[in-house]
Amino acid sequence: MTQYAALIYTPDTDWTQPSEVDTGKAYAEFGENNAASIRGGAGLHQTSTATTVRVKGGKGGDVVTTDGPFAEAREVLAGFYLLEAADLDEAVGIAAQIPGAWYGAVELRPVLET
Amino acid sequence: MSLADEAASSALAEVVRDEGRRVLATLIRTTGSVTLAEDAVQEAAIEALRHWPREGVPHNPRAWLTTVARRKAVDVIRRDANRTDKEVSAMDLTGPAPDLPESVVRDDLLRLVFTCCHPSLSVSAQTTLSLNTLCGLSIADCARLLLTTESTMARRLGRTKQKIAVAGIPYRIPSDAELPARLEAVASTAYLLFTAGIAGAEDAVRPELCAEAIRLGRLLVELMPDESSLQGLLALMLLTDARRVTRVDAAGDLVLLADQDRSQWDADLIAEGLRLVEGALRRSRERAGRFELQAAIAACHASAPTYADTDWADIVSLYDALLLVEPTEIVRLNRAVAVGERDGALAGLESLDELTGLDRFHLWHACRGELLVRLGRTEEARSAFEQALACDPPRADGRHLERRIATIPSR
Repeated sequence: MTQYAALIYTPDTDWTQPSEVDTGKAYAEFGENNAASIRGGAGLHQTSTATTVRVKGGKGGDVVTTDGPFAEAREVLAGFYLLEAADLDEAVGIAAQIPGAWYGAVELRPVLET
Repeated sequence: MSLADEAASSALAEVVRDEGRRVLATLIRTTGSVTLAEDAVQEAAIEALRHWPREGVPHNPRAWLTTVARRKAVDVIRRDANRTDKEVSAMDLTGPAPDLPESVVRDDLLRLVFTCCHPSLSVSAQTTLSLNTLCGLSIADCARLLLTTESTMARRLGRTKQKIAVAGIPYRIPSDAELPARLEAVASTAYLLFTAGIAGAEDAVRPELCAEAIRLGRLLVELMPDESSLQGLLALMLLTDARRVTRVDAAGDLVLLADQDRSQWDADLIAEGLRLVEGALRRSRERAGRFELQAAIAACHASAPTYADTDWADIVSLYDALLLVEPTEIVRLNRAVAVGERDGALAGLESLDELTGLDRFHLWHACRGELLVRLGRTEEARSAFEQALACDPPRADGRHLERRIATIPSR
């Protein structure tokens, strides 16, 4: 067996809005139908809640955070972790230790509670 | 309502607003949500305005507001079916409101400042949130100050508060290691609060915002006593505030620095400001930043016995240093005015005319007008003042320009 990361790209959506109830049901249905294959996953809050973390000058350098999602065309999604932290500062501290942040960037997006 | 009643109710509204800002900071700490805290404090303020006129202002208005706001917050949380009673008590909202010592209220405010200036928020979001929650400016006032529309402002505020809540931006004073990186934004916010108090929206001066900014400045100096930029910031605010009462006359019209009654300046504030400037410059030496340098310029003005006795040579060289760290047109404009005082009106006018891109800015035209008057070139002066008026200046500046034009003898 091989594990696959399924990364979902859609227009920026606020899943907590009543208008998204139908879509939410469709996702729930997908989840039930494929429970045997799903190892984990989550919906994400809108990109307006995102914070992008970079470490200037490589490992141990200055941690630079910016408001908003990662928006570069040169770099692409290379992997992901599901992190748990007490608050954004702690999450930024962990993200800054991910090697990708030393030469690329790590985008932090809060995960929807289910 | 009689006039006396009206005065009493507006004084009451002021107490509610000023204390409300402090209560808000505490409520944000206990509830962890800006939106929930704002709703609760607003409801408490409404209660206060309903009860106090009949029952009298309570002995401790802040404690009263805190207690009622906490009760309102609990109501909202209980209504929200997702919250259990356990969570409510975890938020430290049940039971009587503790009588908060001044130090806790003070720290709550500092926490709020650091939350508003968190680096994961964009600069425009930081500014908007600070003006709204820290300064208590309405969305309309914020929009006017930041030159944007009310709907844009409301959207930006909503997004920012949502991000703080769902992304888990912490509400605390950062650790010593993180402090230096967060300093610039916090100092800028405190100064923004101060200038908002001076510039106001339409009123010339809002002293309560200046007082709040100075209070913040003192807290920051206490928090980081070795930071020369914070000493500079506090000194700059004190030295500027010392001249507050002389900046407008009885009719609410602007009085220029040259015409201000120096005997009315607040000697205690000036003495404290001068001490701070000295310390800040000694600490920063040749690395002085914008706050240290601006404070040093303010110190030159505040310590000069008369306008004519001002040390303009010193001021010009301070502006030269300021231009290295803040190369803006406004600084160049101020430097040109100082050159005019040091080397004469013609030299000043030449410096002003070397600047570009300021012809939409009323102060550039107004400064040219003043120097042209001194040179006896009255027709050119009149047209400069008229051009200044055409730039749609703030109301107080506009009235000043009209009076200035009236004093120029016509041909």
